[in-house]
Amino acid sequence: MAIAPIQRVLIIGAGIAGMQAALDIANAGYEVVLVEREPSIGGRMAQLSETFPTLDCAQCILTPRTVEVGHHEHIRLRTYSEVEAVEGQLGDFRVRIRRRAAYVNWEVCTGCGLCQEKCPKKVISDFERGIGPRKAIYTLSPQAVPNKPVIDRQSCIYFERGKCRACEKFCPTGAIDFEQEDAIIEERVGAIIVATGYDLYPLSLLGEYGYGEVPDVIDSLAFERLLSASGPTAGQVRRPSDGAEPKEVVFIQCAGSRDPELHKPYCSKICCMYTAKHAMLYKHKVHDGQAYVFYIDIRSAGKRYEEFVQRAMEEERVLYVRGKVSRVFRENGKVMVWGTDTLSGQNVEVAADLVVLAPAMVPKAGSDVVAELLDLATDEHGWFTAAEANLQPVETKRAGVFLAGAAVGPMDIPETVAQASGAAAQVLSLFAQWAERNGNA
Amino acid sequence: MRVKLSAMRVRNDLVRRIEELSGQDLLACYQCGKCSAGCPAAFAMDLLPSQVIRLVQLGLVEEVLNAKTPWFCAACQTCYARCPKGVDLSRIMEAIREIALQERGDYLVIEEIPAEELAEFPQLAFIGGFRKYTA
Amino acid sequence: MRIAYFPGCTLNTTAKGFDNALRASFAALGAELVELPEWNCCGATFPLLVDNMLDLVAPTRVLLAAQRQGDRLAVACTMCYNVIRRTNNRLRSDADALEKLNYFIEAEYRGGVEVLDVLQILRDDVGFEAVQAAVKKPLTGLKVAAYYGCMVLRPPTEVAYDDPENPHALDDLLRALGAEPVEWPHKAECCGAYLAVKSKEATAEMSYRILSSAQRAGAQAVVTNCPLCQFNLDKQQLDMGRRHGGYQPVPVLYFSQLLGVALGLDTADFGWERHYVDVRPLLESLG
Repeated sequence: MAIAPIQRVLIIGAGIAGMQAALDIANAGYEVVLVEREPSIGGRMAQLSETFPTLDCAQCILTPRTVEVGHHEHIRLRTYSEVEAVEGQLGDFRVRIRRRAAYVNWEVCTGCGLCQEKCPKKVISDFERGIGPRKAIYTLSPQAVPNKPVIDRQSCIYFERGKCRACEKFCPTGAIDFEQEDAIIEERVGAIIVATGYDLYPLSLLGEYGYGEVPDVIDSLAFERLLSASGPTAGQVRRPSDGAEPKEVVFIQCAGSRDPELHKPYCSKICCMYTAKHAMLYKHKVHDGQAYVFYIDIRSAGKRYEEFVQRAMEEERVLYVRGKVSRVFRENGKVMVWGTDTLSGQNVEVAADLVVLAPAMVPKAGSDVVAELLDLATDEHGWFTAAEANLQPVETKRAGVFLAGAAVGPMDIPETVAQASGAAAQVLSLFAQWAERNGNA
Repeated sequence: MRVKLSAMRVRNDLVRRIEELSGQDLLACYQCGKCSAGCPAAFAMDLLPSQVIRLVQLGLVEEVLNAKTPWFCAACQTCYARCPKGVDLSRIMEAIREIALQERGDYLVIEEIPAEELAEFPQLAFIGGFRKYTA
Repeated sequence: MRIAYFPGCTLNTTAKGFDNALRASFAALGAELVELPEWNCCGATFPLLVDNMLDLVAPTRVLLAAQRQGDRLAVACTMCYNVIRRTNNRLRSDADALEKLNYFIEAEYRGGVEVLDVLQILRDDVGFEAVQAAVKKPLTGLKVAAYYGCMVLRPPTEVAYDDPENPHALDDLLRALGAEPVEWPHKAECCGAYLAVKSKEATAEMSYRILSSAQRAGAQAVVTNCPLCQFNLDKQQLDMGRRHGGYQPVPVLYFSQLLGVALGLDTADFGWERHYVDVRPLLESLG
C-alpha cells in the first residue's frame, strides 16, 4: 500500500449494535464516524420498555450508553444522515454522507424543547408506532442524543402554507433555520461496520389479523411503547380505540414468521421471549387481566430464557394456547380472535380487548441501498450475509467491511451486542496490524 | 363448536376447586405429555392424562367430569415420578373424581360386583376401589 | 433383632401365605417380626386430597400403635407401607396436620416412628449376604422376573428405598437365593391395582403387558412383594389365553415364599393352594 491505511472506522447505524462497536473502537483510541438516519441514536432499543429476561428498564441501561456515545471524544456522530456513496477499498474508503436539513441550527439550539411545545401541528409518531403523537418539529424522545429537534418538512405548516413559524418565534436562541439545506460530508476511513438493524414485517400483508382495520390490533413495538414509562400513555396499558384498560389481551406470535408459503420462512427468534415479557408486564400492570399467548412452539433457548417463559405461565398465570390464530375481527366493541388449541383439539374464541401481534423481523428499509453501495451480499430475504456463516459471522466477502447485529438476521440484544463487539474486535485487529506494519517500516 | 375462552372461564369455580382440592398448580403444566406417554392405563382412557390437565387449564371442567379417564387412573404415580414440573397429576385426578362423586353420585355400585368375585378380592383392592369410586 | 410388625388386612387373609413365609423366614434369619398387639386397616389408599384428614386417621392409629412398641415399624404389604409411610411423612412435615390427627385419635403420636418395608429391612438390617449364607436349598437355574409394582417406588421422594426407575433390591435378594433374575423393562409398571374392581378389562390388559414382557425375557416365574399385584397378575391369567391366543400362564409368587423355600423351611402353610396359577410344579422341578 502506497499510503498508510487509515485507522478510522465508519459505522452505519447507531442502534445498540452500532453504539457498542463505536464505543469499543473509540475506547481503544481510534476515531469512529457513526452515521444514523434518525435524528437521534439508540435505535430499536430506545423504543423498548424492559428487556428480557432480567426486566431491566431498557431506557435506564441504554441512556448511559447513548450519553457516552454522544460525548465521546473519538466518536464523530452524524445523525439525520445517510451514506450516499462509498469508494475505495480496505484501508482507504472514501465515504460521502448526506446530512439532511433539520431546519434547526444544532450549533445554536440548546435542546430546551420550547419549539416542540409551541408547534401547533400534531403528527402520528413512527417512533410511538402509530399510537402516540409528535409535533412537526420533534425529537424522538426527551432522552434523545443529540437532544436537538428536526422539522419534518412534509408535516410543517410553514412549508405547506408559507406561514406559521411558531417555532421560530418562540426559539430563545434563534436556532430555527428554514433555509437550511442538506449538507454533504466527505469522510475517509479504513474500515466499515454495517449495523443497520431491522424492521417489522408489514402487517397489512396479514389481512386476516385485522391490523390497520381494527384499532385495538397493534404490533409488539407499539405494545412496548404502551408499557414504556416514556411512552404515550406514560406506561399505562390502554387500548387505542377508547383508552380503556384492556382486561383480556391476546398475544399472537409468528405473525409472518415461520410461514414459507405466504410470508417469511424463518423464525424471528426474539418474539417468544418478548411476548412472554409483554404478557408478564401486562399482568404486572393489570392484575385482574387475563393474557393469552397463541404460539406454534416456544423458543426460549437463551440463558435464563426458558425459566422466564415458565414464570410467565406459572407465576403470572398467562394462558399459553398452542395454535395459530386464523382470524381477528371486530364485533360489538370486542376484538374477536379465532384460534385453536391443538393440545386439547378444541377450536377457541377470545373476545379480546386488545390484540398484540408479533410480526416477523425483516431487514431495515434501505439496507438494500447500503448493500449496493458497499457491494455486499444479501440473502433472499435481504439480510446481509457473512463471509462464512460458521467461523466468520461478522466478516463479509468485502475486505474491511464487517457486520453487526440484526442487519444479519433476527437477533436479540445480548447476541447483537456480542456481535458488535466481535465486529469491533475485527476492526481493532486490522488497525493493530497496520500499526505494527507502519512501526516496522 | 368454538370454545369461548375468557378470564371467567379459565378461572371458574370448578377450576379453583380442583386446584384447592389437589393442591396443584394447574398452569405449572406446560403440556409436554410425558404423563400420557408413560401412563400404563392410557390405552383404556378416552382422554389422555395430559389432555385432562389441558381441558382444566382452559376451564373446560365439564368435559373432564364426563370423561372416563379419571376413573382409569390407578394412582400409580408414574406420571408424578417423572413430571418435569412436579405436577402431581394423580392428585388432580382424585380432585376430579371427588367433584364427580359429589355431583353425580357413586361410580361403583357394590351390588354390581358378582358375589364370587367380591369374595376373592384382596381387601386392599376392595377398600381401595371403594375409596376411589364412592363418595 | 426384634421389630414391630404390621401385616395388614390382606396378609391376614388372602395373602396369608406371604405372611407365614415372611415370618418364618425372618425367624430363621434371626429377625423376629413382632405383630402389633392391636392394629387396624390402614385404609388401603393414601388420600390424595389436601384436606382429606379423615382418611389419615386409620394410618395414624397404626403409627400410634407402633410408637408404643418402639421406633421402627416393619410393613409387609406394599400398599400399607405406602399409605403408612406417606402418612408419617405428612405428619412429620405438617405440624397442623399432626395436631389435628392427634385430636382425632385422642392420643399423641409424636412422629418418631420409622416406617420400613420388609424387603428394605432384609437388605439393610439382615443383609443379603447373611441371607445367602443361610440358604440351604439354592434356587439354582430358576429364572425369575422381579416385579416391584408401584408402592415401594413412587412417589420416589416419599417412599423409595431403591432406584425408582431401575429397582434392584428384589433382584439382589433373588440372586442371593441362587435364582437368576432376568433383565426386563416392566419391573415397575402398574398392574392396574384397584381398577380391578371396576374395570376388569383394563387390568387384564395391564397384567398381560407385564406378564408377557417377563416371559419374553425368559422368566419362569414372576416374583413380587405386593399382594395386590400378585392377585391381579395371578388371577388375570385364568382367561388371558382367550384374549391373547397361545398365552401360557406363569406362576406369580411372593418373594417370601421363595425365601422360605431357599432357607429350607417347612412350606406347608405358604398358601400354595391360594394361587390361581399353580406354583408347585415349578418348585418341584427345582428338586
